[in-house]
Amino acid sequence: MNRRAKPLARILTYAAVLVLVIATLAPLVWLFIMSISSTKDLTSLPLHWLPDQADFSRYAKLLTVEAHSAGEEFVYALRNSLIAAIGASAIALVAGIPAAYSFSRYPGRMGLLYTVLGTYMMPPVALILPLYLVFSALNLLNNVAALVIVYCTILLPFVTWLLKSNFDAVPLEIEQAARMDGAGLFGVIRHVILPISKAGLGTAALFAVLLAWDEFFYALLYTNDLRAKTLPVAIADFAAGRATDYALISAAGILTALPPLLIAFFLQKSLISGLAAGGVKG
Amino acid sequence: MPRASPQRQAWYLLLPMLAIMAVVTGYPLLNTIRLSFTDAILTGRRATPNWVGWDNFRYVLTDPNFGDAFGRTLYFAIVSVAIELLLGVLVALLLDREFVGRTIVRALLVLPWALPTIVNAILWRLIYNPEFGSLNALLSQLGLIDSYRSWLGHPDSAMNMVILADVWKNYPLVALIVLAALQTIPRELYQAAAIDGAGPWMRFWKITFPHILGPLTVALILRMIEAFKVFDIIYVMTRGGPADSTKTVSFFVYQESFSYLRAGSGAAYALVVALTSAVMIAAYITLLRRRERVG
Repeated sequence: MNRRAKPLARILTYAAVLVLVIATLAPLVWLFIMSISSTKDLTSLPLHWLPDQADFSRYAKLLTVEAHSAGEEFVYALRNSLIAAIGASAIALVAGIPAAYSFSRYPGRMGLLYTVLGTYMMPPVALILPLYLVFSALNLLNNVAALVIVYCTILLPFVTWLLKSNFDAVPLEIEQAARMDGAGLFGVIRHVILPISKAGLGTAALFAVLLAWDEFFYALLYTNDLRAKTLPVAIADFAAGRATDYALISAAGILTALPPLLIAFFLQKSLISGLAAGGVKG
Repeated sequence: MPRASPQRQAWYLLLPMLAIMAVVTGYPLLNTIRLSFTDAILTGRRATPNWVGWDNFRYVLTDPNFGDAFGRTLYFAIVSVAIELLLGVLVALLLDREFVGRTIVRALLVLPWALPTIVNAILWRLIYNPEFGSLNALLSQLGLIDSYRSWLGHPDSAMNMVILADVWKNYPLVALIVLAALQTIPRELYQAAAIDGAGPWMRFWKITFPHILGPLTVALILRMIEAFKVFDIIYVMTRGGPADSTKTVSFFVYQESFSYLRAGSGAAYALVVALTSAVMIAAYITLLRRRERVG
């Protein structure tokens, strides 16, 4: 529409874009700069914006396991986060695929579908107390298994909803053709629906992992040491410590943020179309 | 194996999901309701809690501190979502224009949204640091403030600073949703309107706005539901302080249940929060169903 835009309009557009880019990038770049600065740089007055030399030692420290070190805490938290995210996502997919297929292909039960979606949006405070009591009775507090279980409260409805709209897009005729050839229900799901919705499945799996990776509230309540703390809880602890090493906190933040940032940056097309299809979640 | 009827099949396929949801969501939710009528406390030792009827709810609904927390949560949700919508629309309109590097700028916009909530909270806490933070450094080196300030340390500024950090992370989602809607508007509409002599303002209200209103409403309710639950960013940035000025309802329930260990009243607070959310969720679902019917 502005093929013949006036010069002034173009200048204003580029000025606005510049402001947008700076506002978006400056905090992230600053997090990275902090992570490679020395404490002296970060606590000097007036502030030294750029360190005299890049110091990557915090990254090395975080990724080296030594007894009672920040590295030990970080690496264990990384492990716990991976198990919780992948475990819960796997369960959500296994139970969510047949459920989504059912909602997509059999008429009725829409009220149930929306109830499921509604539970996904419920505030976790509605569930925290009984879950705490149950985990405590089962001796599952401070255990990653508990997180895998509670993350299903978020991931399963989400995955079901997202996959349902993906399956809706698979033409019924293809499925009927397979049925004519004698494929059973599970054959149709496995050999027709899933291969066609590969992209949607990938998006759902990624979203599920990202949601679990980001989760903080349950992890804060149900874990308390190396054995089960996830990355968000571990870095919140780093930040709450008395003797604060700002660079170390920043480096932990960068490492935690890196996987979601890379996924979002490179796969944003599929993430955003998945989001539009699912119509959910921020 | 005899073929099950389609209705049966539909339920069989739902079974694993329903079983899991019943255990991890249904059962705890019912139990929260049960707890809210007792004086249970959250300790390892299981003393039999007493049934106290509506006492907890009477207490909750007359507790001025909870009322204050509720008000603060609404303030947080309304102000942050309003700014997110405004910024989201403005940035979407900008990204809908043609300029060199549009694709890359759009990709960059995803980054704040993808940043884990806790990392975002820590990042902004460091930026706001009263002694060494970069916000203080920037503003004083630009000559805008005379001395360093404790942005999160004053009851009148803390909440707004938290809102700023939250908006930075969450408005890109609104922008991307609106942008997707903008791109479905046929360009001819604008050309026709321009020929008819409609100015930019007129074109926005007559063409653009009706097209983005639907997605914008979805974003509005979604963000309100999310913002009303706010906890993580508060926990990291202020722990509800100073002087309770950032204590939201989720934080309130957390303290009642896990710091004071009062499970009974904690559950009652939680249910009041959940019911408020349920109203917004119902609004969202009504909207989705209507959109679905319209197509």
